[in-house]
Amino acid sequence: MTTPTPTTDGSAPGLRRVGLYATLVALALIFLVPLVWMVITSLKTYTAAQQIPPSWLPNPLAGYGYEQILNNSANPVLRWFLNSMLAATLHSALVLVTASMAAYSLARLKFRGRGVTFALIVGTLFIPPTSLIIPNFLIVDQLNWIDTLTVVVVPGAASAFGVFFLRQFFLSLPNELEEAATLDGANQWQIFYKVVLPLSRPALATLAVLSFLTNWNDFLWPIFVLFSPEQLTLPPGLGLLQGSYVTDYPVIMAGAVLASLPVLILFVLAQRHIIQGVSRSGLKG
Amino acid sequence: MADVIEVGAARGDAPPPAANAARRAASAGRTRRATPYLFLAPYLVLFGVFGLLPIILGLWLSVHQWDFQLPNRPFVGFDNYKQLFSSDSAVYGDWWQSIRATAIFTVLSVPLLVVVPLGLALLLNRSFPGRTFFRAIYFAPYVLGVAVIGLLWRFLLDANLGLVNRLLGAVGLPSDTPWVTNMPWAWISLVGVTVWWTSGFNAVIYLAGLQDISPELYEAARMDGANAWQRFRNVTLPGLRPVLLFVITTTVLASANMFGQSFLITQGTPGTETRTVVWFIVEEGLRNNNAGRAAAMSIVFALLLAVVSIANFRLFRYKED
Repeated sequence: MTTPTPTTDGSAPGLRRVGLYATLVALALIFLVPLVWMVITSLKTYTAAQQIPPSWLPNPLAGYGYEQILNNSANPVLRWFLNSMLAATLHSALVLVTASMAAYSLARLKFRGRGVTFALIVGTLFIPPTSLIIPNFLIVDQLNWIDTLTVVVVPGAASAFGVFFLRQFFLSLPNELEEAATLDGANQWQIFYKVVLPLSRPALATLAVLSFLTNWNDFLWPIFVLFSPEQLTLPPGLGLLQGSYVTDYPVIMAGAVLASLPVLILFVLAQRHIIQGVSRSGLKG
Repeated sequence: MADVIEVGAARGDAPPPAANAARRAASAGRTRRATPYLFLAPYLVLFGVFGLLPIILGLWLSVHQWDFQLPNRPFVGFDNYKQLFSSDSAVYGDWWQSIRATAIFTVLSVPLLVVVPLGLALLLNRSFPGRTFFRAIYFAPYVLGVAVIGLLWRFLLDANLGLVNRLLGAVGLPSDTPWVTNMPWAWISLVGVTVWWTSGFNAVIYLAGLQDISPELYEAARMDGANAWQRFRNVTLPGLRPVLLFVITTTVLASANMFGQSFLITQGTPGTETRTVVWFIVEEGLRNNNAGRAAAMSIVFALLLAVVSIANFRLFRYKED
């Protein structure tokens, strides 16, 4: 994001600034306190979490919640964590490879049927994905993918978003580099691999991070296509955890913390990419 | 072919041996026609199987009585659709109940999800130290999945042990509100959690739009003596119109597709009053094995959303012209 545009008069910096920061901090507390409370509760004992009024600090500081989720054969949370990590990584890689190739073809190559193909792909952006769940279930059932990792990795990669997003980016690249490479005897594959992809690193990183997040957080699809405890990803696993621990909140919150940590870390590291990806998706409208 | 060598030489690169270049150019000519399709192929396989096929299969399913457990799946014409609209069918009550729940949630949540993020964006659009930091904090809940959000808020809104009632009690307000099990609290909770969870997302989209508005316009308005409200009304809002249209359309669709919040936080209660359309469709199709009827519901629902989106578009596109 570029430099901010001042919209106030810039007058009376003193008192006004105090008011501004008071508002900013109050809002920040609303967004942060629930997350902090999740971490605090995950570090309490069962009894401490049942206390009324609750204490703001976990006293005694307890590993109880984490011990429960890490040594529990009915709720193999660590296994879910690994499944989620593997699924989101593979999904993100699959999206990058397929979407970048297709977007390159649609943005930079001329061929018969290009307009129709693109229109068809973009057209599906207007169909709510939830309305395709029933037929998609039938398809993965026929493929014998139910209750396997494949079922949470592959189908989502058909989304038109990645192709649309990368095509916009490829269209913005200057033609001259490609022309020079062509004159040097490079073929389309070499141009794609050695010229276009390296120039598109920021866009590719954004798409990789967004695909990872989407897949890591997906809930509706996995709760219907994964069944065995050892096959679950974290989101359906957390649902199961809630069912078996009901009001044993330190355990449930420990699970929630474990599911939040990777995406929060990813957010801190790749904040620029995520925020740019989101703001660019708005500008296309 | 000769051009390739000449230009290569002119650019100071080592010219490849003529024979080599000729062979390469010829092979490039052979593959050139197929190349665009080869680039497209991997994605098109995925798109065909999980993007297009489900549309066709959905239409086909919707005119059959399809039960996963029964061998016969007879053609039933428009029966699945008729049942959704005839008050004597078994599914009618639950179906319209889910439409009603979805409509209530959409109508209550969309105005807040449009206005609150706009406020956040206007606040963040000023220049002050720490701006990026606050933007990140407001956005942070959005990177968490609905499963985490659901479990967390189910706990926070717990009538006895939840932080919300404890904090309300501490400032002298009623501390026994049944946030997730009674009306109207269940709707207030679902809307509130969704605003908390996704406001940062819309705020970031608004921010990008705000930064596209030329500072000269504000300067000119100020010269004309416009106050802050007039500048917002006459410069900011018109400048944001395309972004506003995008935010309203995508937010309506997101709210209409709500599932996880009510599945995990209110768990459909009280009764099935907070069971949404998406929830009812997957329940009917995948739990009760009525895939045909659920497919018909999906299609009716998709058409309904299309109508609402088009209406939005018309309303906000031409309103101020």
